[in-house]
Amino acid sequence: MTNKRTIIALTLAFAAFAAPALAQEHSHEAPTPPAVKWSFAGPFGKFDEGQLQRGFKIYKEVCSSCHALSLLSIGSLADAGGPGFSEAQVAALAAEYKIKDIDDKGEAIERAGRPADHFPSPFANDAAAAAANGGVAPPDMSTLAKARGYMRGFPTFVFDIFTQYQEAGPDYIHAVLNGYKDAAPAGFIMPPGGNYNEYFPGHVIAMPKPLSDGQVTFDDGAPATLAQYSKDVTAFLMWAAEPKLVQRKRTGFQVMIFLIVLSGLLYFTKKKVWSAVH
Amino acid sequence: MSGNSTYQPQNAVLQWFEKRLPIGGLIHSSFVAYPTPRNLNYWWTFGGILSMMLGIQIITGIVLAMHYTPHVDLAFKSVEAIMRDVNYGWLLRYLHANGAAMFFLAVYIHMFRGIYYGSYKEPREVLWILGVIIYLLMMATGFMGYVLVWGQMSFWAATVITNLFSAIPGVGDTIVAWLWGGYAVGNPTLNRFYSLHYLLPFVIAGVVILHVWALHVSGQNNPTGIEPKSEKDTVPFTPYATVKDGFFMACFLILYCWFVFYVPNFLGHPDNYIPANPAVTPAEIVPEWYYLPFYAILRSIPDKLMGVVALFGSILILAFLPWLDTSRVRSGRYRPLFKQFFWLWVIVCVGLGWLGSKPPEGIYVILSRLFTLYYFGFFIVILPLLGIFEKTKPLPNSISESVLGAKA
Repeated sequence: MTNKRTIIALTLAFAAFAAPALAQEHSHEAPTPPAVKWSFAGPFGKFDEGQLQRGFKIYKEVCSSCHALSLLSIGSLADAGGPGFSEAQVAALAAEYKIKDIDDKGEAIERAGRPADHFPSPFANDAAAAAANGGVAPPDMSTLAKARGYMRGFPTFVFDIFTQYQEAGPDYIHAVLNGYKDAAPAGFIMPPGGNYNEYFPGHVIAMPKPLSDGQVTFDDGAPATLAQYSKDVTAFLMWAAEPKLVQRKRTGFQVMIFLIVLSGLLYFTKKKVWSAVH
Repeated sequence: MSGNSTYQPQNAVLQWFEKRLPIGGLIHSSFVAYPTPRNLNYWWTFGGILSMMLGIQIITGIVLAMHYTPHVDLAFKSVEAIMRDVNYGWLLRYLHANGAAMFFLAVYIHMFRGIYYGSYKEPREVLWILGVIIYLLMMATGFMGYVLVWGQMSFWAATVITNLFSAIPGVGDTIVAWLWGGYAVGNPTLNRFYSLHYLLPFVIAGVVILHVWALHVSGQNNPTGIEPKSEKDTVPFTPYATVKDGFFMACFLILYCWFVFYVPNFLGHPDNYIPANPAVTPAEIVPEWYYLPFYAILRSIPDKLMGVVALFGSILILAFLPWLDTSRVRSGRYRPLFKQFFWLWVIVCVGLGWLGSKPPEGIYVILSRLFTLYYFGFFIVILPLLGIFEKTKPLPNSISESVLGAKA
């Protein structure tokens, strides 16, 4: 009993000792990005086709001037579980792109794109991208929504397993798009070429405010506001990073049903087999 | 693997074959007739679960290898192509990545179980040491597999871990250059890691066969820690252990599939979705969760060489466990003091894992040092002394008595 009490005492002492230090650590960090209600969250989550199409329009008209999307084929826009463009729409879209290639005489040419081509990158290489953007190449957006996130902290990160929270990346990107401030707070020293963003780590982001109200006009009548843009383009980026998300969750449900039934049957078999022994 | 079998097939062809290669008898004596203690609890199902995980990792890994390209310019792209363009490639890759984590989860439970019930004690020392070797091989395999993705964390984890060897006096730098195949982590490093990542699982499978062989020679330990004395104390492996293992394997698969299908990136680091870039160091370099306790031990010691010694020592000390624990009683169930020191040690191991994910500063360093001290103290001081001073509880006369009580 003495030892059990010692363990409890040690645990409490540890908590009292460590808690202030932990609280202090968090005060320096950027605020927690607000949780957005995404259509693709949760066990039955699906991408909203209209939202992905709007998000793609924003990518095409705004982001693509600096950010590559090099891991995606143009044709993947017509894949199941994605933005839901038709094959014909995607073929027409692909033809708008100029793709560098070599003809059958070995001469360098530029030809019209095909659905199997990947999205052409805005810069010839990373060095050119960096040189044109103040020394740092803008990140490729193919996996961006999974390559960003924020610390969830204890105990939230444990609950995330059960609530299936996998949207730290989209929440963070959405927050950054909405986190630009016209002026840094008094006393904040802004290095040249920096922009103040509430949610970006360290608050100094090289990218100027990319989206503002009225910048992109939607064909489906959705509001032309930053609030709408930031959600739509983030959802599109999540699809770009995880194009098989819908297929994954649907398969997962079938697998879960199968495994739960299998476990149940095995449990009762086990009970029957062991009943003679116990 | 427990001596000559009395197995006689009915079928004439099988009889002909059995006379020439008695593999049927081997399987029969190992997995059908093999006597298993009747009082095994569910913690004993993790051996079967681990075999299943090794199988899943090898099968998914072989198919992934058909689509993967081990080259610094193509590795990340080929992984993404698997995720996007290969039929069910996303499933294969998430099964393999999360499978590694589940493999480690299962091995940790298996090891904690072995320590709690004294499964390493005479006559199971060789069985235990083979297990430690499997665990070491798993760590090497898991680390190299993580590098293959060639994301930012892959690259920088490879840099940090290979650099550990530079702490060895005299030959350190030579060893590191030899590991890298050059003067920095680069294409030769990726190529040799790929080759070894494909090789080591089969080495693991080989040692697993020895591990199972040793197990079937000495017999399984059980929650009472006393050896079976009569037929009443055991039940045949099939159907009793097979159905019980099967049930818990299915339960474990539910957990595994929950991660694969619903939170596949929960255990990964977002930075590993950024292609490796030797020119940009990530804000923090953290290993996969299953290495975090050892990472905390490494960083808790200010001297680089001593840190590396402590890191490897923390694993190798497990091999000496059969001789460090001086108690004559096997099972923690009858050791009131051991039980409490054991659970405190489990808390310390988990705590070290948490500390390994924190920056090495302030309070975290102090706690890491205290926890590291207890980690080693448990083996070097507590276990040898407990055997001498601990007053253990009376043991039951037999396994069947402990299960059936007065009825037996």
